[in-house]
Amino acid sequence: MAGAMIAPTGPDHRAALRASTFGDVLRSEWTKLRSVRSTFWALTVTVVVGIGLGAVISAATAHAYARLSVSGKLSWDPTGVSQAGVAIAQVAIAVLGVLCISSEYSSGMIRTSLIAVPKRGRVLAAKSLVFAVVTFVVGEVVSFAAFFVGQALISGHAPHAALGDPGVTRAVAGGGLYLAVLAVLSVAAGTLLRHPAAAIAAMMAVLFVLPGIAQALPDSWRNPVTEFWPTQAGSQLTNVYHSAHALQPWPGFGVMCLFAAVVYAIAWTLLDRRDA
Amino acid sequence: MIQARHLVKRYGSTVAVNDLSFSVRPGLVTGFLGPNGAGKTTTMRMILGLDAPTQGSVTVGGRSYRDLPAPMREVGALLDAKALHGGRRARDHLLCLAQSNGITRRRVDEVLRIVGLEDVARRRAKGFSLGMGQRLGIAAALLGDPAVLIFDEPVNGLDPDGIHWVRTLLRALAAEGRTVLVSSHLMSEMALTADHLLVIGKGRLIADTSTDEFTRSSSRQSVHVRSPQAAELAARCREAGATVRAGTDPDVIEITGMESAEVGRLAAAHGIVLSELIPVKASLEEAFMELTRDSVEYQAAGAT
Repeated sequence: MAGAMIAPTGPDHRAALRASTFGDVLRSEWTKLRSVRSTFWALTVTVVVGIGLGAVISAATAHAYARLSVSGKLSWDPTGVSQAGVAIAQVAIAVLGVLCISSEYSSGMIRTSLIAVPKRGRVLAAKSLVFAVVTFVVGEVVSFAAFFVGQALISGHAPHAALGDPGVTRAVAGGGLYLAVLAVLSVAAGTLLRHPAAAIAAMMAVLFVLPGIAQALPDSWRNPVTEFWPTQAGSQLTNVYHSAHALQPWPGFGVMCLFAAVVYAIAWTLLDRRDA
Repeated sequence: MIQARHLVKRYGSTVAVNDLSFSVRPGLVTGFLGPNGAGKTTTMRMILGLDAPTQGSVTVGGRSYRDLPAPMREVGALLDAKALHGGRRARDHLLCLAQSNGITRRRVDEVLRIVGLEDVARRRAKGFSLGMGQRLGIAAALLGDPAVLIFDEPVNGLDPDGIHWVRTLLRALAAEGRTVLVSSHLMSEMALTADHLLVIGKGRLIADTSTDEFTRSSSRQSVHVRSPQAAELAARCREAGATVRAGTDPDVIEITGMESAEVGRLAAAHGIVLSELIPVKASLEEAFMELTRDSVEYQAAGAT
């Protein structure tokens, strides 16, 4: 075999040798994300559930509006109804976020990745950023689409909301922001726990199980837990109406961001120190 | 150039690598040889920054791997051909690795051609045979056109054609002046491929020598003799300073430390009848097993 076949330039003529940059790692992580089928399926589920389920719930509850009690009519929240699908679709984002790093651990790809990019913090940062941006874009599209479809189905049967109403644009746009932070949290959880099943279970616990358990606690315990539980607090950003024992939208979102930042910092430290 | 200084790796109470110092020079294929569990892979993982040494240090081109500004352009590595996401197409796998080090798409197509995978570039890697997977791993190692190459058991599971291809490739890479470190547990394979040998057992360096030197010094000769007076001949040989091993057949003995001609003379001098006199040359494989016998991690009962 001729040497020229291996490298037309030869090892000593590598004029193109330049330091690898964070931008390079971002491009690499984008390729990784778009080149596996799980990404396509998870985002498809997000879109279908987010918009479709929102539409079904909107149509059903709007038709039932006339039979609602007075207090039911007073607490009627058309934005909350049309965005109900988005709250379910977050499961797909959490699972995909966990998988995009933990599948590297289960397949062994992580070793190949860390040999290519030994500055490990860059891998985590690029992976989180790429997935958060993709989630944000998809999340905003789904959130606004669900809103318009839902309100169109509600109108004529019940009072509907418009983007100009107080707090509505913030609540709808908040859907994408909430999902983007959830995306970062999921990638960090996947990095921390490394096993797909363990990390998915942990995310489901954070999203559903622990808040559910909190409901069984006595009031004096339940109220602060519900108020400050990261995902509960963060989801206040997507609510038009402020409920009791809940933080205001932006402070609540801040609590979730802080929580994600802490988990990310732990994940970063462990990724850097553990043998891969 | 790879340089290890007093490398130690402990996992709990297990010492995987024990005070290993060596250097791997450019322009040669250096075989990293040892039985399974000797610490070859652990050492390679430390070279590549995957595992942190418990003590000591290892550098590539004077720098620790994790400090290399463009790692894939300086070091190409194949540790485990299955360490990839099976759902990704071969070309996308190489592309994401290339992009992380600012390597062009053109080079991705080029390495696919070099390893002969251009026809399956758009297939998902989980459908690949062992040999195809190995070729894909080698393609990834070649992406950055690196001056240093590290391969862990690259011929494992390959058919004779594939083995020949890898061997030729390794020789060609070294001939271009690159540093090539390749591990194996097969002495016979390394005898054909490597110019220099690093032999390790139980995490310790046993030999650091050229392949020729190793072959010469370790090809132990012995003489196989069949004689109705084997016991008497054995006694005469022992008197003359040779080592004699009796076989299960009482007429057969194995003599080391004495040439066959000398054994013949000794027999004639004492009127001993010989029915067979055969000089036996120990294979390199046997020499290697002899060398690493004490350091094999798991030994089959009764194996010698």
